[in-house]
Amino acid sequence: MITDRPTLELRGLHKSFGADPILRGIDLSVARGEMVFVLGPSGSGKSTMLRCCNRLEEPDSGEIFVEGKPITGTGVDLNGMRQRIGMVFQSFNLYPHLTALGNVTLAMRRVQKKPRAEAETRALDALDRVGLKAKADSYPAQLSGGQQQRVAIARAMALEPSVMLFDEPTSALDPELVGDVLAVMREVRAEGMAMLVVSHEMKFAREAADRVVFVDGGVIVEQGTPEEVFERPREARTRAFLGRISE
Amino acid sequence: MSSFSDTFLNMDVLARYAPSILKGVGVTILLSVLIVLTGVVVGTLLACLRSFRVRLLSFFIVVFADIFRALPPLVLILLAFFGLPNIGVVLTSFTVLYLVLALVLAAFAEEIVWAGITATPKGQWEAARSTGLGYTQTLGYVVLPQALRMVIPPLTNRAIAITKMTALGMVIGVPDILGQATTAQSFSANASPLTLAAVAYVVIFLPLVVLSRWLETRFSRGAA
Ligand SMILES: Nc1ncnc2c1ncn2[C@@H]1O[C@H](COP(=O)(O)OP(=O)(O)OP(=O)(O)O)[C@@H](O)[C@H]1O
Ligand SMILES: [Mg+2]
Repeated sequence: MITDRPTLELRGLHKSFGADPILRGIDLSVARGEMVFVLGPSGSGKSTMLRCCNRLEEPDSGEIFVEGKPITGTGVDLNGMRQRIGMVFQSFNLYPHLTALGNVTLAMRRVQKKPRAEAETRALDALDRVGLKAKADSYPAQLSGGQQQRVAIARAMALEPSVMLFDEPTSALDPELVGDVLAVMREVRAEGMAMLVVSHEMKFAREAADRVVFVDGGVIVEQGTPEEVFERPREARTRAFLGRISE
Repeated sequence: MSSFSDTFLNMDVLARYAPSILKGVGVTILLSVLIVLTGVVVGTLLACLRSFRVRLLSFFIVVFADIFRALPPLVLILLAFFGLPNIGVVLTSFTVLYLVLALVLAAFAEEIVWAGITATPKGQWEAARSTGLGYTQTLGYVVLPQALRMVIPPLTNRAIAITKMTALGMVIGVPDILGQATTAQSFSANASPLTLAAVAYVVIFLPLVVLSRWLETRFSRGAA
């Protein structure tokens, strides 16, 4: 039953800002352990789509399911739902007044109501997995961008979500720091998470993505394996986009 | 020269009235502490309430803040002290001074903390909400700590400016530093008690002014 449903499923998602339709019927599913890359021109609605998945934006219509359970509509325990869906932002958004450890433990302690000792043990474990256990007592301002982003990933992972959303996780990083973050993302996937990634890291998409989705004008224009989309794009719009970004 | 020192530094007068002015120092310090605590706490609570953006509630908070920031505190003090008894509310001069200045500080603190809350990046809210924290939890654990840090310098300056206004209590007979000094001055027909009062104010407030300068450099560095 639940096992044969995708971990994340979007059906007929629509969203407008004022009179501007941004998402015009998105159908997409991500399975357990699958990394799906979303590509598309600026303003095509990639972030909006991701933000609908944990209802930071409220979709106008359509349904979203996580592990087969609807998370759209009324009567959904929003805060409970959000713990099953981790999100990583382009600008990290670490809490500057808390240490790395404090950033990771906050939701465990205040939402999951775990006792301090248990939360800290789990947080140290999560920081260890992103290679930053030694920085547990550092404040975000004392960390490099790449380290901050890895702490942000640990913060989301520590809640043991089943879906992870990444919105341009490496776009704000110096090129030499990108690799560490991508390495951590591979680890995340190895743990069996369903991952939906908006990113311009084409090389990484080619190597690591299970599927690439090209979005333009609020709809999915084309999707397939990285090979299919990058080497033999079927749609003219995809070809035009790929041509532009490879210049 | 000797007429100058007789007028402003008359040792006999100073010795006679020093004890009562010292009592005034106690009153001024007590009032200041109460006003700062109440004003900052009430102002912060109002700013938090306002962040829930309940129309009617926000409207009343803004009206309160604007009126108490617009009126000269002396007007409020006289109005409360001489007006309230007419409707059966009789308060001591100490209480009137405390309440009025605490509310004035609360009005300013509300605006200052509100500015801090709105200046906290939207990404902080989103990160916290995305991990399942509720609105109030996000406000309390993530946004307010950052907002307060940001506004410590202006808040400290405003708190000092308003505690200095405890001297206005003189006009309704509060026995604070200035109240005691003016009484002593009229009994002794000599300005030396006022000199002593000035010294007392400097001793109390100069360290606070220095502290605020230190906070300003410290927290403006932290924010950058
Ligand atoms: N809160 C909002 N209010 C109004 N318009 C919005 C809002 N958020 C996004 N938009 C608009 O929706 C469109 C899609 O935005 P979105 O951020 O989803 O695009 P994107 O594909 O992520 O682009 P980019 O690659 O530049 O990040 C844009 O035109 C944007 O201006
Ligand atoms: Mg975007």
